[in-house]
Amino acid sequence: MALEFERPLVELEERIRALEATAAKEGLDLSEEIALLKQKFDRLQTEIYENLTPWQRVQLARAPGRPTTLDVLEHAFEDFEELKGDRAFADDPAIVAGLARFRGLEVVVAGQQKGKNTKENIRRNFGMPHPEGYRKAMRMMDLADRTGRPFITFIDTPGAYPGVAAEERGQAWVIARSIQRMARLRVPAVAVILGEGGSGGALALGVGNRVLILENAWYSVISPESCAAILWRDAKEAEKAAAALKLTARDLLGLGVVDRVIPEPGGGAHRNPEGTIRAIADALEETLKELLPLGPEALFEDRYRRFRRLGAFSEAG
Amino acid sequence: MALERFFRRRRTRGEGREVPSLWVRCPACEARVYKKDLEQNLGVCPECGYHNRIPVEDWVRLLADEGSFEVTTGKIAPVDPLGFVDTEPYPERLARYQQKTGRPDAIYGGRAAIGGVKSVLLAMDYAFAGGSMGSVVGEEIARGAELAAEENRALVIVAASGGARMQEGALSLMQMAKTTFALEKVFEKKLPYVSILTDPTTGGVTASFATLADVIFAEPGALIGFAGPRVIKQTIRQDLPEGFQRAEFLEAHGLVDRVVDRRQLKAHLVRVLRHLHPEERADGA
Repeated sequence: MALEFERPLVELEERIRALEATAAKEGLDLSEEIALLKQKFDRLQTEIYENLTPWQRVQLARAPGRPTTLDVLEHAFEDFEELKGDRAFADDPAIVAGLARFRGLEVVVAGQQKGKNTKENIRRNFGMPHPEGYRKAMRMMDLADRTGRPFITFIDTPGAYPGVAAEERGQAWVIARSIQRMARLRVPAVAVILGEGGSGGALALGVGNRVLILENAWYSVISPESCAAILWRDAKEAEKAAAALKLTARDLLGLGVVDRVIPEPGGGAHRNPEGTIRAIADALEETLKELLPLGPEALFEDRYRRFRRLGAFSEAG
Repeated sequence: MALERFFRRRRTRGEGREVPSLWVRCPACEARVYKKDLEQNLGVCPECGYHNRIPVEDWVRLLADEGSFEVTTGKIAPVDPLGFVDTEPYPERLARYQQKTGRPDAIYGGRAAIGGVKSVLLAMDYAFAGGSMGSVVGEEIARGAELAAEENRALVIVAASGGARMQEGALSLMQMAKTTFALEKVFEKKLPYVSILTDPTTGGVTASFATLADVIFAEPGALIGFAGPRVIKQTIRQDLPEGFQRAEFLEAHGLVDRVVDRRQLKAHLVRVLRHLHPEERADGA
């Protein structure tokens, strides 16, 4: 299913395909026409994707077909072994975690997981974790520290789940603990924002020495819809809120909230998940190479400095 | 009886018009309370025990030993990093709150002795943008934690906040991590950190420094949680259980150490600080 602003592209694509079919069927040489249309397609795609509004990027970040945590683990990592459960209450399918090898390096991983269809989305609660999900992630952080393996997270969540059970089991407490646990890691920690970086539920896995983000992903203190509902008293003003919040990858790079933007292939990650996963893996490898020479305390200090300086204020009199 | 009620009603109306500032109505039991009585009772309704919000200066007066407080906050001021405009520009909103509270942002505090224990005491100001945490609040909490670590002081934070400040976007979110990192300095020095959760403490403040304390006190009836009740109600489309997210509910669920009446709070706080501070002794101060 195409997003609103993708329609002209989809139509062009259909015309090209129709022409190719005609050419094949009738034995005609339409290669010149087809080449022209393909040029036009490339021009239009570049034009559209270079001028996306923040709200359009939010839609892309949510588009079905975008690589999920499990997609990345399956295609860019080797021998992923999923480990489940928080050893206290339950397993939370909204977060997947475990052991894997990345380009020859043993690592520990965790990330939010959305479903590929409605049924899976319901099982995974649309990637909105409960406290037990974060406790599972913290267990992985313990494991990473104890075994000296880099800890890699993938972030893709509208936010931690705002429900009765989640509150009863201390959603806020566990997010705070997860931030603290990740802050304390003595191994390299890298966070990659794949799609949605919804508030504290995202940050709980986001305390990396480096934070990477896909070009059309977003990361914000609040979702555009909730922000609009509060400040404009109308969730339909989400488009305005998305622009005001400066939640796009480029904006976040400027604010120092992320360290690197991973470009998505033409047409966005959902149109080319394989290419996107390759780009993620290459960026991740380069980032890990920077961090691997650092010792345990240097890694902690590096992370401390990174987060300690974030913020904007003026020294008054 | 009927006549008595008649007179009472008339008297109510009459006084309400002429001297409105002397009396207040308790939002919980609706009793009319003499304002001076309420103040002497630390903002706690003498009729029903409802804990009204009190100004941050009153928190300092309540917890710091007399003459011990030395303010350290207020040297930094908020800016508008995003150029944020909703129904009004962020700088105008800020100016309004600054005028109302006389403070650059939603936090106030400094060095204090609490029952003789050297401390850093910080109180969040709900009257300033709902106590929301932006860059200034985050930085002040971090500096307060660092000051405590440098000077071997206990850290005491009175939390009151609707959550992270939307107008500073992801930078507000980052304050959750920044404050958490700064607390490491306090923990490394084995200094105690006590958090007092007041009505309301929600969102990014609950999900960061406020719940990472060694000891967490909560005020009776205070609303404390991650998501606000309205958001939860919208999500589950059901009414919320009685007392949900209130301090007593959290105590029952094992999330806070204890619910303490404001009138007994200092005694509890002093006891905890004297137990936990490695250098301070209960020396009769």
